[in-house]
Amino acid sequence: MDRVAAPALSFRLNGAGASCDPAPGERLSHVLRERLGARDVKVGCDAGDCGACTVLVDGAPFCACLFPAGRAKGATVETVAGLTARDPVAMRLAASFQDHGAAQCGICTPGMIVAATALLRAVPAPGAAQVEDALGGVLCRCTGYRRIIDAVLAAAGTAPPASLHPGPSTPGGSGGQAAPRLAAPGGSGGQAAPRLAAPGGSGGQAAPRLAAPGGSAGQAAPRLAIVGRPVRRIDGAAKVTGAEAFGDDVAPPGALLLRVVRSPHPRARFAFGDLEAWRAARPGIACILTARDVPGRNAFGVIPAFVDQPVFAAAEALYRGDAVAAVVGRDEVIRALDLADFPVSWEPLPALADTPEATLPDAPVLFPDRPGNVMCRGFVRRGDAAAALARAAVTAEATFVTTFVEHAYIEPEAGFARLEGDVVEVHACTQAPVMDRESLEAILDLPPGRIRIVPTAVGGGFGSKLDLSVQPFLALAALRTGQAVRMCYSRSESMQATTKRHPARIRIRAGADRDGRLCGLSFEGDFNTGAYASWGPTVANRVPVHASGPYVVDDYLAQTRAIHTHNPPAGAFRGFGVPQAAAAQETLFDELALRLGMDPLDFRLRNVLENGRPTVCGQVFDQGVGIGACLRALAPAWRAARADCAAFNAAAAGPLRRGAGLAAGWYGCGNTVIPNPSTIRAGVTPAGRIVLHQGAMDIGQGANTVIAQIFAEALGVPLEAVTLVGGDTFLTPDAGKTSASRQTFVSGNAARLAGLALRARILRLANAGEAAVILPGPSGLAVIDGAARHDLPLAALPPDALGYALSAEETWDPPTRPLDADGQGQPYAQFGYCAQMAVVEVDTALGTVRPLGFTAAHDVGRAINPMLVEGQVQGGIAQGLGMALMEDYVPGRTENLHDYLIPTIGDMPPVETIIIEEPDAHGPWGAKGLGEHVLIPTAPAILNAIRHACGARLTALPATPTRILQALGRIP
Amino acid sequence: MPLAAPQDLEEALALVAGGARPVAGCTDLYPALGDRPAPSDLVDLTSLAALRGIGRSRAGWRIGAATTWAALARAPLPPAFDGLRAAAREVGSVQVQNAGTLGGNLANASPAADGVPPLLALDARVVLRARGATRRLALADFLLGPRRTALRPGEIIAAVEVPAPPPDARSAFLKLGQRRYLVISVAMVAVLVWPDAAGRIAGARIAVGACSPVARRLPALEAALAGRPWGASGLPEDPAHWAPLAPIDDVRGSAAYRAHAVPELVARALAAAMGQNRG
Repeated sequence: MDRVAAPALSFRLNGAGASCDPAPGERLSHVLRERLGARDVKVGCDAGDCGACTVLVDGAPFCACLFPAGRAKGATVETVAGLTARDPVAMRLAASFQDHGAAQCGICTPGMIVAATALLRAVPAPGAAQVEDALGGVLCRCTGYRRIIDAVLAAAGTAPPASLHPGPSTPGGSGGQAAPRLAAPGGSGGQAAPRLAAPGGSGGQAAPRLAAPGGSAGQAAPRLAIVGRPVRRIDGAAKVTGAEAFGDDVAPPGALLLRVVRSPHPRARFAFGDLEAWRAARPGIACILTARDVPGRNAFGVIPAFVDQPVFAAAEALYRGDAVAAVVGRDEVIRALDLADFPVSWEPLPALADTPEATLPDAPVLFPDRPGNVMCRGFVRRGDAAAALARAAVTAEATFVTTFVEHAYIEPEAGFARLEGDVVEVHACTQAPVMDRESLEAILDLPPGRIRIVPTAVGGGFGSKLDLSVQPFLALAALRTGQAVRMCYSRSESMQATTKRHPARIRIRAGADRDGRLCGLSFEGDFNTGAYASWGPTVANRVPVHASGPYVVDDYLAQTRAIHTHNPPAGAFRGFGVPQAAAAQETLFDELALRLGMDPLDFRLRNVLENGRPTVCGQVFDQGVGIGACLRALAPAWRAARADCAAFNAAAAGPLRRGAGLAAGWYGCGNTVIPNPSTIRAGVTPAGRIVLHQGAMDIGQGANTVIAQIFAEALGVPLEAVTLVGGDTFLTPDAGKTSASRQTFVSGNAARLAGLALRARILRLANAGEAAVILPGPSGLAVIDGAARHDLPLAALPPDALGYALSAEETWDPPTRPLDADGQGQPYAQFGYCAQMAVVEVDTALGTVRPLGFTAAHDVGRAINPMLVEGQVQGGIAQGLGMALMEDYVPGRTENLHDYLIPTIGDMPPVETIIIEEPDAHGPWGAKGLGEHVLIPTAPAILNAIRHACGARLTALPATPTRILQALGRIP
Repeated sequence: MPLAAPQDLEEALALVAGGARPVAGCTDLYPALGDRPAPSDLVDLTSLAALRGIGRSRAGWRIGAATTWAALARAPLPPAFDGLRAAAREVGSVQVQNAGTLGGNLANASPAADGVPPLLALDARVVLRARGATRRLALADFLLGPRRTALRPGEIIAAVEVPAPPPDARSAFLKLGQRRYLVISVAMVAVLVWPDAAGRIAGARIAVGACSPVARRLPALEAALAGRPWGASGLPEDPAHWAPLAPIDDVRGSAAYRAHAVPELVARALAAAMGQNRG
């Protein structure tokens, strides 16, 4: 090789010269990230389906993953980092995205901002439809898109960009930071939203309204009003510049690369050929790992009694995507491998596709100790459902079927591992760092002190990143090779291998008396849990507790089974089975209302759960039950929308019909009965810096900000005085997993206690009274007590083991009481509640559905950060919309983001968010969990709206055009 | 060499004759790779001036094969091309429209290729070039089946030629998908229709995509439409009109659904096209 030859490829990158020697046909995305260090360019699919990698080439947006790098020769390439550093348009967008909550996890944000920059350069004052056209090629799974549209429209205005740091503003918000609160009603225009009038509110894209039925929270009055303020996310700046480091952004140069060999069959015996000869024939391959290379237990799982998923299958693969081996070696060698010639022979075996065949007497059994392929069952009984149904004046029943749903976060699983001394460090995206470590202890046969989990930023999780993915492969490879080893799942690998939402097959029957009072409800649900347990037991246990919906049901019987099939493991996905159950139950309630001749809202209000009434588990809350308030808050919009739809349909000459539907939901926050404590630590350094060890993983929902707000409020310091240390298991105590809508509630309580404890220590040091003010400053901490000022002698204090002059660590665990054999007890310390209305337009000739708008009322107890609350609501609705209308994961068929469809920016209508604050006695400042609640009512609300529009009663999800025309009797 | 970028058509044809693989927008190439590395013998056609540009010829119009969807969508073309330009705006996303080309769409030969129905309705033919040889094929003869074309080794698509459309021809394109952007069609329809002096339909061309292994024209329906009043709603009813179609069941829709949806789409596309003419 001629070493002095000029590089083959040179171009301008963000204003500077860049050159390198890419491989033939190499993608521009790879050149930018791996050869030129531009890891602000995020890769989500390598197929042009997600747009995260959008860059400007000579000013025009392209997917860098579809762009042959050689074509960039001599071109000008701009990425989000360069744009947001130099281009005034992009800088305005970056500020506006933060002010509008338009970046949640941040993995799609670079693509959004780059595409929006191209638009605003060409069209300085676009309308919403132009924004949608320009951003239609970038998928977002977190935000629900509407705030992104708002952010672009606002950036196109002439308003100066807001400050990059949270500043003072009035609670609830019309202050400087609260830009989204100021959004003009209907400001995003464009789509013809139905009139969704609500009391005190306006139509369209109105900012969330706060409705506080129970007055303010019962706890100590906020000193600084940090709690309740819609501040920007404190990690937002990195998300809008692309600086945020996700799982594939952190590997050191020269790291080895790992790829996994997976079963192409849903079930197959397999045998390896001569692995060593294959390896030896390929210089640069460091090692091949198989089941024999697992030093500890070749199994992982999330429920101790159900640890059944092998790191590498030993002899039989149980689903398409089951791992059998890993190949580790030099990056360019491994990348160039065609794993089709890996020496493994497959013997496909008869496979179980669905639960009915899995429960046939002669079905093959996946696990001998789980006869009939029934992994576990759930059961709740109260009163006598059969007797009540027998005496009911009206009854209705349905068999309801749902599909696998893929999480489709835009960040594929990724990370790297290395050895530091005798410690194996795993840097990866995760929702549960401590659970990861515990699983690795068993797999690696190492004590906890030799495993360090360093979570990266998480580009969306929604439940699936609770389970191990890349971690065991990376840790095993690092231990074997002694070198840093990285990997990133391909999109299809991510979709094949990781967990899904359980397909459900539900038989439900409910009755009511003449007055519309529920009279018996029976529910049987079979949940397809796939090849391994994952969170299947949780789904089986949660569903019977929730399948009544938030209603008074005195006579109730709910039974569930989690059943193995030869499919990807079904695990945790926003709601743990409750959305499937709610879809069946809430659509059946509309059927009951129809048979009774009652308005669906009135029917629900007649049966709604209230304080002092028992749940189906016999749990009686004497406070905090906010579902009535949610439903009542929808009433004005509901009446108006039903009337509008009726008027539209009466005048309709063509095939379009409109309908409004609603549904309610509830969700118990935290684990079901099982303890799930969170611990939060905080300290003050000798220099006076306040450090919060915040282990509640922020997966885009905003835990970093919410936990810090709670802590700062309790401590009594401004939010910007708090420095965060993340979920590194060597630095930060266990705040539990980010699941079950528990972080604001459980970790939030721990943060509040830690803040109060640290405050007490600081005040004690200053001998100051309770009302004293802690004043952080550049030279240390001061305490102002009345007229006195105490500068704290922190540097003179002996630092503790962690180097802090003062510190505090507090733990909180929600109080619950075990369920008896009939499922009676106190499964959760609190529930969150919600009700949503959807308005849709159905094309009755084509069976297509266009959602026109949502009104969503969510009882969050206390909105710690209303902007983040709204972000959860809008994003959850978008996921619910996808589940309702388009999402259907079929192994072997929809393993990419063009065959597996999630909503795009053009599919999501405006949402009016109504925040209900019915405080909960256990929540920090009354706060309740929210993360799961947000999509529970969406799908049934849409189905009910479709039915209202055109009469089509759907009992299967998704409601595809084919199914809708079938339901209308137009096609067989 | 990261990507062979020939300076002129002859150099490109020589490389292709040597077995190298011609590529344009690469929007189908990379997704099809999956986890495999890119081929090392790619020849970039997009810089060739001979393959670019939209222009009038004596007999009609010539669109260079390397014309991107974005360029096509912006091109000042007569109303007969409205359907094609609408299809251009429905391809994938802005990013894909900036990269993807007309020629690539045809060479990829997907049953759901967005460009094919409007080009069939325009009676388009493809110009195929090899070293020392040029041939022209009607588009319907070029597309042989899913992912199969009449392209011979050493040949590339150089251009698409469209004969001058009938005077006053109007066109429309409708794509039926399950979401707004980045969507593969469940079915799509392109129509081209023109009036006679008496206010009747003088002629119509109807093409349907994603409902057969390759998109198909519907000659019987076209014949039945001729002579009907311009702007009349509805379609002449005869199951034989749809005989060229063979829709299948897949994740995007059932065969029965497609069979039901296509006449509705055709009726709407015709109404849209004729509605434009009346202003």
